[in-house]
Amino acid sequence: MSIDLSIDLPGLHLKNPIMPASGCFGFGREYSAFYHLDQLGAIMMKAATGTERFGNPTPRVAETASGMLNAIGLQNPGVDKIIAEEVPFLAKYDTCIIANIAGSTIEEYETVAAAFNQTSDVHALELNISCPNVKEGGIQFGTDPDMAAEVTARVKAASNHPVYVKLSPNVSDIVAMAKAVEKAGADGLTMINTLTGMQIHLPSRKPLLANRTGGLSGAAIKPVAIRMIYEVSQHVSIPIIGMGGICNAEDVLEFLLAGASAVAVGTANFQNPFVCPEIIEALPNVLAQYGFSSVQDAIGKGVSVYE
Amino acid sequence: MINKEKLRIVSSCQIAKDTVEMVLENDYISKHATPGQFVHLTVDGHTLRRPISIADINREQQTITILFKIIGSGTKRLAAYQVGEYVDALGPSGNGFQLENHSGATILLVGGGIGVPPLYNLGKALAAKGINIISVLGFQTGDYVFYEGKFKALGQTIIVTNDGSYGEKGFVTDVLDDLDFDRYYTCGPVPMLQAITTKLKGKDGYISLEERMGCGVGACFACVIPVNDGNGYKKICKDGPVFHAEEVAL
Repeated sequence: MSIDLSIDLPGLHLKNPIMPASGCFGFGREYSAFYHLDQLGAIMMKAATGTERFGNPTPRVAETASGMLNAIGLQNPGVDKIIAEEVPFLAKYDTCIIANIAGSTIEEYETVAAAFNQTSDVHALELNISCPNVKEGGIQFGTDPDMAAEVTARVKAASNHPVYVKLSPNVSDIVAMAKAVEKAGADGLTMINTLTGMQIHLPSRKPLLANRTGGLSGAAIKPVAIRMIYEVSQHVSIPIIGMGGICNAEDVLEFLLAGASAVAVGTANFQNPFVCPEIIEALPNVLAQYGFSSVQDAIGKGVSVYE
Repeated sequence: MINKEKLRIVSSCQIAKDTVEMVLENDYISKHATPGQFVHLTVDGHTLRRPISIADINREQQTITILFKIIGSGTKRLAAYQVGEYVDALGPSGNGFQLENHSGATILLVGGGIGVPPLYNLGKALAAKGINIISVLGFQTGDYVFYEGKFKALGQTIIVTNDGSYGEKGFVTDVLDDLDFDRYYTCGPVPMLQAITTKLKGKDGYISLEERMGCGVGACFACVIPVNDGNGYKKICKDGPVFHAEEVAL
């Protein structure tokens, strides 16, 4: 039986539903030394801001039980350099490019979104309103439904590209956030970003991260992601790209069943640089094993089981 | 080029307090590794890989040697691996030491604690090219001292311990004044590197840095360090771990 892995989402004709998550893959250059990036359904680029940003002091990462904390702080060379140097590199590959955009003010989000209008090599924007590691902007836009709606509407107006809004799990009502950005015109959702966490080093009594707090990712957060995607998918009609602790093809199927239409792999790239192509290779068998003939066929199918 | 490889543990033994020496067999990494590079090891039950410098390379036996200090649960688990078991590694990683030194030159190696191992590999490679080696190795106490004999086989070696329980008492910087050399290479804790680069300012030198890493291949921006001219940064995992002493801001 041939299994159809392709999936069509706003702006994105994906040959398969697997893409590396923003911030975990840089701009693809390093991983292109390990495998041909044509294999990927899409690539979510590292966040772009209006101007170059250095990010936080080190240490920026710390290990946790079944996961890790990071506080990179959106280090990037700025949107102009990304469009001039990184997008052309990725455009050589037969895969979709999703540009993650971030800012400290709504105006900065608009500027960055508009800058990507000059390139048709980018297929969609991922609006990062959920980075927990920058002092201003970022997370506030991701925790207040009105602010999230406003930045979504303004970016939609500024951009020619479909806009996927990346939701933060650091909220008490994820459904309210999802509904607000859907109403404001979002073409899709990506979820979840990292959960804010902290770890203290016993000998020094200091936080392990120089930023004190950071975003928790990895296998530890997968159940949170599944729960939130499941809840949100019941209340919105725009597609969801799911992420949070995916390590293998079984995890991917679980995200599809919860209601995601595609998935992003993050922290697992650090453990195994080949994880994305390995998941893509394993996915047809896993889908077949559980009775699905395509990715499309599995989306949201977890729901009926529990009703 | 970095490969993902399986390394067979040939031997594993404690050679000083909390310090384990492990010999690992792998044809690709032993063939391509150069002094100052590292391997990024997976440890059972742990999310992040551990970057560990290569202390020795034996191309005939197809082995590399690593030394690590048991500090947390990852290194504790790594120390519990048995001979014959396999460890998953990315490597050889990073840019190692600059080896171009003129024959007959004198090179100073300054190592602190678990920063000593990569200098052994370097010292051996330089000694084989007819270069004179002087080594200054600092440890917390005598219990932590390792590889004294191996460094002595390369040239003059001064051991310094913080408490004076073995060798000279004090810090590595206390014994540098009378030494005459053309270039230095150093690896150790950041305060030590700061003290050395300050004391040896103007001298030609290279430092090797350690940092908590994410991907270890240059994609995640976890292990960056600002450059000294105030403009930009370097990635320790990919551009380093070895830098010219004046290149980065410690």
